[in-house]
Amino acid sequence: MKRLVLAGAVAILLAACGDKQQTAAGVKSDVPAFQSVTGAGSSYNAPGWKAGDKTAWELQLKTRLQNGQNEYNRVK
Amino acid sequence: MARMKFVCDAERCIECNGCVTACKNENEVPWGVNRRRVVTLNDGVPGEKSISVACVHCRNAPCVAVCPVNCFYHTAEGLVLHDKDVCIGCGYCSYACPFGAPQFPSQGTFGVRGKMDKCTFCAGGPEANGSQAEFEKYGRNRLAEGKLPACAEMCSTKALLAGDGDVVADIFRNRVVQRGKGAEVWGWGTAYGSKQAGQPPASGVKS
Repeated sequence: MKRLVLAGAVAILLAACGDKQQTAAGVKSDVPAFQSVTGAGSSYNAPGWKAGDKTAWELQLKTRLQNGQNEYNRVK
Repeated sequence: MARMKFVCDAERCIECNGCVTACKNENEVPWGVNRRRVVTLNDGVPGEKSISVACVHCRNAPCVAVCPVNCFYHTAEGLVLHDKDVCIGCGYCSYACPFGAPQFPSQGTFGVRGKMDKCTFCAGGPEANGSQAEFEKYGRNRLAEGKLPACAEMCSTKALLAGDGDVVADIFRNRVVQRGKGAEVWGWGTAYGSKQAGQPPASGVKS
């Protein structure tokens, strides 16, 4: 019986250990999107623009928007 | 570049929920949370209209104004993003938002109401672009990959437009001119201000 109570008490006391640590330090600064993805995920970057080049990134998005969502470019 | 904007063309939306599915899949949004949903007005009545609704990243966002812990921030592209490490899940933003964008997972640190989750315009959060930590908290950062939000790119009828505000407005304006109707952009004035209609932005000011 004692062991059961002890096990229950330990389970309750250690329940908080499963929570992820919070780093509440106000709003963090975000890396601008035009800096692109580096490292493992960089293979998913769309081709045709250079990472860190803001003008090229903006042009890439505008071109993608026109080509992908403005069908009047193709039908007319 | 102008600020990033969403526009849903009610004349084209067929209520297929492809945008909702694309969003959930791309960002691995948890069960019970819908960052995007399709709303149909006068459902079943001839002439019904549907629009796809999510966070529209307002110019003067009410959520930013009411957040007691200041977890929101604006990016250079005009997006309204938030820091989940700072959010306390109070829900004030949910009451303030005119679009019902803030969502709260039912299984979170705070019990019934977890940390707020919302559309990020597929731009992630404050963590490093494309990192695992960013993906787990906010989903994919397609913008940093040189891509546009998955919901808009997946839209089969191209009803949902997302991207540079000036280009989006130009595409929509061309459509309205071609078809001669359907100029209403629901939520545009609420999100970006009524001065958006037909007025060029002042020099040096993001439109």
